[in-house]
Amino acid sequence: MANIARLACRPSVKRIWCAGCGNGTILGAMVRAMHKMGLDPDRVAFISGVGCVGRASNYTDFDSMHTPHGRTIPPATGIKMSRPDMQVVILTGDGDSVAIGGNHFIHAARRNIDITLVIANNMIYGMTGGQVAPTTEIGDLATTAPYGNIERPFDICRLAESAGATYVARSTTYHVLQMIQYIERAIRNKGFSVVEVMSQCPTQYGRMNRIGDAVEMLKWLKERAISIERAKALAPDQLQGKIVTGEFVNLERPELSEEYAKLIERARNRENQRNL
Amino acid sequence: MKSSEKKVVFIQGNEACAEGAIAAGVRFFAGYPITPSSEIAHTMARRLPPLGGVFMQMEDEIGSLGAVIGASISGTKAMTATSASGFTLMQEFLGYASAVEIPCLIVDIQRAGPMGGMATRPSQGDVMQARWGTHGDHPVIALAISSAAEMFNLTIRGVNLSERFRVPVILLSDEVIGHLREKIELPDPEEIQLVHRKRAQGPREKFEPLDAPEDGVPPMACFGDGYRASGYTSMIRNQLGDPSGDPKIQDFLMRRLHNKVYKHLDEILSWEEFHLEDAEIAILAYGSPFRSAVRAMKTAREKGIKVGIWKAITIWPFPDQPVRALAAKVSKIIVPEMNLGQLFYEVERCACGRAEVFPLQRVDGNPITAQEILKKIEEVR
Repeated sequence: MANIARLACRPSVKRIWCAGCGNGTILGAMVRAMHKMGLDPDRVAFISGVGCVGRASNYTDFDSMHTPHGRTIPPATGIKMSRPDMQVVILTGDGDSVAIGGNHFIHAARRNIDITLVIANNMIYGMTGGQVAPTTEIGDLATTAPYGNIERPFDICRLAESAGATYVARSTTYHVLQMIQYIERAIRNKGFSVVEVMSQCPTQYGRMNRIGDAVEMLKWLKERAISIERAKALAPDQLQGKIVTGEFVNLERPELSEEYAKLIERARNRENQRNL
Repeated sequence: MKSSEKKVVFIQGNEACAEGAIAAGVRFFAGYPITPSSEIAHTMARRLPPLGGVFMQMEDEIGSLGAVIGASISGTKAMTATSASGFTLMQEFLGYASAVEIPCLIVDIQRAGPMGGMATRPSQGDVMQARWGTHGDHPVIALAISSAAEMFNLTIRGVNLSERFRVPVILLSDEVIGHLREKIELPDPEEIQLVHRKRAQGPREKFEPLDAPEDGVPPMACFGDGYRASGYTSMIRNQLGDPSGDPKIQDFLMRRLHNKVYKHLDEILSWEEFHLEDAEIAILAYGSPFRSAVRAMKTAREKGIKVGIWKAITIWPFPDQPVRALAAKVSKIIVPEMNLGQLFYEVERCACGRAEVFPLQRVDGNPITAQEILKKIEEVR
């Protein structure tokens, strides 16, 4: 695989991410994971949706697609089903994947189609001005929750697991090596894989909720993170405010594009028998 | 080829559409169940797998057109079919396909509406939705269909136009035609002309995804072609496919997208004329009302009234020039439509006083009858 930096940022593109944003760390981790695996860049379809992190596909040097808001998964499904040889990876945000795109998310998990979904979860809508998200914690402030959020947030990993994803993991932008490892395993998994990365938005979330700048936010992510193993020993109220990191699901189940290839064979055999 | 060698089949309109799509090289279909379009999905679900093609029933119509776009970006001819609110849900991705230049075919079997309306009854209520349903200025091509044979032939033409111009093409049919069974003559597969999108050529380093030749249609780098295609962004983008905030680039892109369609009307517009040579009254019909117009014309002529028919096939872009010419030739134009006046105003705009234009509208979910058209002819003569 070619130069990692070049794959993550085509030189002609202007980058718009704020200083201290977690998006670059996540995009870098994705490209590093793919590089480590020795993937052929010509066989990677890199798709992103709308929002700050949605710009990622424009930055990369793969076949790339920047879809309408929340719609990364349907085109990815069309790509995977017509080119099963392509490695289809998505980088999306929390709003993009589980608010406006929530329906596609659960159905892709149900189908177990071989797509890797990396979610940059910064618990807020950054680009549009710091609005509340379905991942914002109760009590947090946002421009559309000026008196504090009262809606219970999604646990994206549990949502993915219950909908049928066959690889599900959570990491943070502080735990970069762990994140790279999870993304690699997600891409290797033949099925629908979700890696949720808790990320920092110092410009919107950090400022509004008085957590501080990017460094303070990374410390905050580090302090809140607890491994799945250690979390098992704790009671639910002791896990309040914690980020449980680790691999939640890693199993084998029939994958859609492979099952479809078998369906084509069955249909062809039936057609041939009919024509005999 | 001798006509005796041609294959004659008795077929439903929706089935003919699916067969036309297969003949046109469509190998990917994604859809969501909705009456009265579902038989297209049923036929594709059965027919595509033995051909190595893919049928997907998606979670909704948004996902359906999204999957179609993904397949098309990967180099596969792809389509969907829907109706009513399903077509509305597709408007977001229809805009994307138009802006990002993705060839695809969307079949809308119009039913009486709005919303649930009457699912098994026809209408032509989506004429303006086809043109302006998605946001922003955008080019689109829409063809109106009036027979099972056209369901076959115009599906092929629609796929060809989408490949030629890298635009979404909409087939506007209706419940009458979708569920009509009639005898059609299938063309010899070898006689069918197929168009394939221009693909990117030459070294990757020199490839610029939005660099369009004179005809305004850039060659397409499909996923997996080795070009690491970068132009598939919904943002305004420059020649390299990079997002741009430059008003000049925005203006250039908007006009190129528009012009690639509007400067090729000779390739896009099609219509048929019947007995217009001596006609004083023209019926400008499209879709299933055309069938009633034929009967009305014959009866009127038996009564000595000089009536002809101008059948619109391409309705978007609207055939301004040909309709102006029609208005200069006849003194009156009747526009029968199963809506409360959608194409009527376009006809009136082009007639611009040269001919009087009369609407004939029906929105009770019943087809417009020959008797109604005849009555209108006698009323306006």
